[in-house]
Order: sequence, then structure tokens, then C-alpha cells
Amino acid sequence: MAEAQVRNFNINFGPEHPSAHGVLRLVLELDGEVIERVDPHIGLLHRGTEKLIEARTYLQGLPYFDRLDYVAPMNQEHAYCLAVERLAGIVVPRRAQIIRVLYSEIGRILSHMLNVTTQAMDVGALTPPLWGFEEREKLMIFYERASGSRMHAAYFRPGGVHQDLPDQLVADIEAWCDPFLKTVDDLDALLSENRIFKQRNVDIGIVSLEDAWKWGFSGVMVRGSGAAWDLRKSQPYEIYGELDFDIPVGKNGDCYDRYHIRMEEMRQSVRIMRQCIALLKVEKGPVVTLQGKFAPPRRAEMKRSMEALIHHFKLYTEGFRVPEGEAYAAVEAPKGEFGVYLVSDGTNKPYRVKIRAPGFAHLQAMDFLCRGHLLADVSAVLGSIDIVFGEVDR
Amino acid sequence: MSEAPNELALAVAGTLGADAVSVNVAYGEVTAVVARDRIVDVVTRLRDAPELAFISIIDVCGVDYPERPERFDVVYHLLSPSRNARLRLKVTTGEETPVPSISGVFPGAQWFEREAYDLFGILFTGHPELRRLLTDYGFDGHPLRKDFPMTGYVEVRYDDIQKRVVYEPVRLNQEFRNFDFLSPWEGTTYVLPGDEKVKTN
Repeated sequence: MAEAQVRNFNINFGPEHPSAHGVLRLVLELDGEVIERVDPHIGLLHRGTEKLIEARTYLQGLPYFDRLDYVAPMNQEHAYCLAVERLAGIVVPRRAQIIRVLYSEIGRILSHMLNVTTQAMDVGALTPPLWGFEEREKLMIFYERASGSRMHAAYFRPGGVHQDLPDQLVADIEAWCDPFLKTVDDLDALLSENRIFKQRNVDIGIVSLEDAWKWGFSGVMVRGSGAAWDLRKSQPYEIYGELDFDIPVGKNGDCYDRYHIRMEEMRQSVRIMRQCIALLKVEKGPVVTLQGKFAPPRRAEMKRSMEALIHHFKLYTEGFRVPEGEAYAAVEAPKGEFGVYLVSDGTNKPYRVKIRAPGFAHLQAMDFLCRGHLLADVSAVLGSIDIVFGEVDR
Repeated sequence: MSEAPNELALAVAGTLGADAVSVNVAYGEVTAVVARDRIVDVVTRLRDAPELAFISIIDVCGVDYPERPERFDVVYHLLSPSRNARLRLKVTTGEETPVPSISGVFPGAQWFEREAYDLFGILFTGHPELRRLLTDYGFDGHPLRKDFPMTGYVEVRYDDIQKRVVYEPVRLNQEFRNFDFLSPWEGTTYVLPGDEKVKTN
């Protein structure tokens, strides 16, 4: 019998692959069907966001954050606003804080809905995305009604939010909550006990808690491995400290646990949204800080007050100045800890903005996560670490 | 945060001892400046000290100050989940002096260091594969340096005759405009023409 010729295969996964979630090129080294090495090539969507922000005023830099993780835009803006507010010492009015929390949770559902359903699609199920995207569309309409834009909202501003929410919108969001929970239950029934889904996800991509910390994981990736770590609880910002919600925690650290955590987080987000809506009905007042040096005056005020007019002119030409210093502000974005490290030199433009994207830290562990798995597991792992290239490549 | 940043600053200063050039607190955040050669030892000790336990790497990034003799800051952000605290470490380095890589302590630092190398040209020793990460294959230069032009040097387009993407020097139909909106009434160092007497009393 002739000796079998054994050789390793090198294959390119992406950059145009439906389950690469965007423009990811993975160079895979295979021994048969077993993965020996994964080398992710990223940067195909690199736009130099950090460089661009350095040449713009603080307010002009804000919309770039929508374009990072474009499935949950407002959560990114939030981190940037928190960083600017910390340096400039801006106090955000209470109603603005509630609105921010409400829309951050909408963003969380937007992101988790996309992720859970496409994770199912990556392993072969087509119905979940069809059901889930219907709900996403409704949420995007809430985005649009608040900010005028379905995705690139630019709604959170340093000092508060851009505009107040109409009462009807708040009522509509409330009415959306119950039917949505039914959709989550339907998805649950479709996936959680599905034999194929479990075969593809249980015991795949296991991360121990120690490794998760070492690799810089955050969000669902550490919660899946058993740590009850959520910045909304541990380092509360805005009004999260006074809200009542639970942190789901996994115990195996595999793809299936992470799926369950995301499902439960969507339910918890609805719970938070309900509390915010209840608060919004009683808390009236300004939605942006009244410190005229940082936030523009209301339109009506500009018609009467000379000072308001001057503030408006100065804010939209020179912009505001942020005192010299540096700050790191992080939020619990749907994908993990999204942080902004802001260095200010005291002028109207940031000296340096470093965007710490959770997906970047997660994707670099692909090699560690996939080694020894089968080729088909790559898409399952990729689906469960929840990456969006807008934020990985920046 | 669960505790006063001052307490954390004291604990960090105690653990680092002579390795910390300075430890200060600003905006509720603790920053420690350490010597470049000691960084690996410092993060190892911060990770292993049971009362600090900075076991998670959040971020490594560069900051460019071209006017300084050692132009780069390398800024590390660490997280201690058990203490619920964050710490910022800083080292300075120049264009040619390498920084010891901490990827042996935190494997999660690998890509962050590659990114700092790619965008700033900061060199790291002991890094398993210090290649470019975000920029194009065969890219030249380090785009996040302050002296790198915003518009870059090359642009790409699809050439219909050659049937492939070609690289060409950037051609701007309008020069890149950097508006200086800083108010001349406060904070400027230059003197406007005809305004020489403004500072005299």
C-alpha cells in the first residue's frame, strides 16, 4: 500500500464570506478538518476614525461613534459623552440620564437581536433572522423618531441628549415591550432546545474565566465564563445604580451559554426600559445641560436672548474647550466594555482619542478559541463572540 | 468605583515602590508613570499582588507628542475585577527605543501592541509577531503620528484598462483645510498684527 500523502491545507475564510460578519479575512491552517492556526487579517474597514476626530471639534467628533459598532450606535456615543463630561465637569440633567439609559437598552436589544439570530444563521437556521429583524426594524423607528435617523443618530451629546422625547413616542415604546417579549419567547422556543443548534454550540469555544480576563475579554464573554461582571452594576453610570435588573451568568463559557446570556439580557433590558418609561412620565425638565458654554440653547430661547445667540454661534464655530487632562470612560456596550481614552490639550479639539472596542479584544483570541476545533466551528465561534467590523477596524 | 482613588493610589505606590516615577490621581482615575525597562515586571507584580489583582488588560495605546525628545507615551489600562478598580500606566519612548512587550503577561495585549506599532511606529521587544495590523498590505508610514498628513500619501482606484486596483499618489482637487476656530480673544500665544499693545498695561 502506498504511503498516504498528508499535507496541511491553508484556506482563506473571507473577506467576502456571509458568516464572517463583514470584512474579515481569516487565514486558516488546517490538518484535515482540524484547525491548527487562525490568523485574522483585519483592517479592511479601517477608516482612521481616531485620526479624523483629532482634526474636529468635540461635537463634530461625535457622529463618528455611530459608525463604529453600527448595530448599536448610541451606546458608543455614550462612552464618548461620558469622557468629555468627566473632563469638562458637565452635569447631565436627570431626564437626559433616563433617556440615555432607555436608548442604551434599545441599542442593547438591537445588537443582541442581530447577534443571536445571525449566530443561528451561521449554524444553519434561517427563520430566526427573519423574525428578529422585524423587531429590530421597529426599534430603529424609535431611533428615528427620537433623532431623525435610523442608525447614525448623533443623539447623545456632551451635556445630555439632543432633543426631548415626545410623550407619544414614550407611550409607543411602552406598548412595544410586551409583544417583544413574546418574540423573544418564540425565538427561545425555536433555538434553545433545537438539536442542531445545540450540537453546533454546546462545548464549542470554551473560555475559562482566567483566560477571559487575561485576553482582555469583557461583557458577555466574561459573563459566559462565570463572572458576574457588568459595568452597569459594578461601576454604575447615569441612573443604572437605582434601577432593578439582574445579570445573567453562564457556567460553561461555551457558545451555547453566551447565547442564553444574550437572550436573558434582552429580557432584562426590557425590564430596565419599563422602569425608565415610568420615570420619564414623572421626571420633566431639561434634557441637556443648562451650562451654556457646553450645550447649545433651545431654539425658542435664541429668539429672545442675546447671550443665547452668542453661545449658539460660538458653539457651532469654535466649539467648546475641554480643560487639559486625560480620562478613560467606559460603558457596558452590548458587545462588552466600550471605552474612550480622551487626551485633551485644552483646545477645542481632542488631542488624542483612543477607542477601545470590545470586539477587537475578542477577535484577537480567535486563534486561541478555535485551535483544535473543526472548520465548521469557526463560524459558530465567530458568531458567538459578536464582532462588528466597524468597531474592530475603526 | 467601590473605593476612593486615593486609597488605590497609595496601594499601587506601595506595591511598585521605587519602580513608580510618579503616582497621581486626576478626575477620579489613578495614573502611574513607570520606567520603560521595568514595565513587564511592574504589570506582573500588579497582576500577582493579591490585594490589587489587576488581572485584566483593557487597552494599550500610543500618544504622540512630536515636540518632546522621547515623543511617544505608551498608555496601558488595567482592570482589577476583584477590587473593582482601574489603573493607568504610562511609559515614554522614542522612535527608535523599543518598549518591552507585555504580551507574555497578558496575551490580550498582543493586538494592542501591534496596533501601536502599526499606527505610531512604537517598537516592542519580545512580541511574538510584530506585524502591521490595521493598515493596508505594504503600507508605508505610521498614520496616527501628528506629522502624518490627514489625507495620506497614496490613494487607490480601480483601473478599467489594467483590470485591477492601482495605487497612485494622492491628488487633492482642493487643498486640505484645517480651520483654526480657536478664539483669538483668549488663550493664544501669538500676537495679532497691529495688536502689539494689548498685553501692556
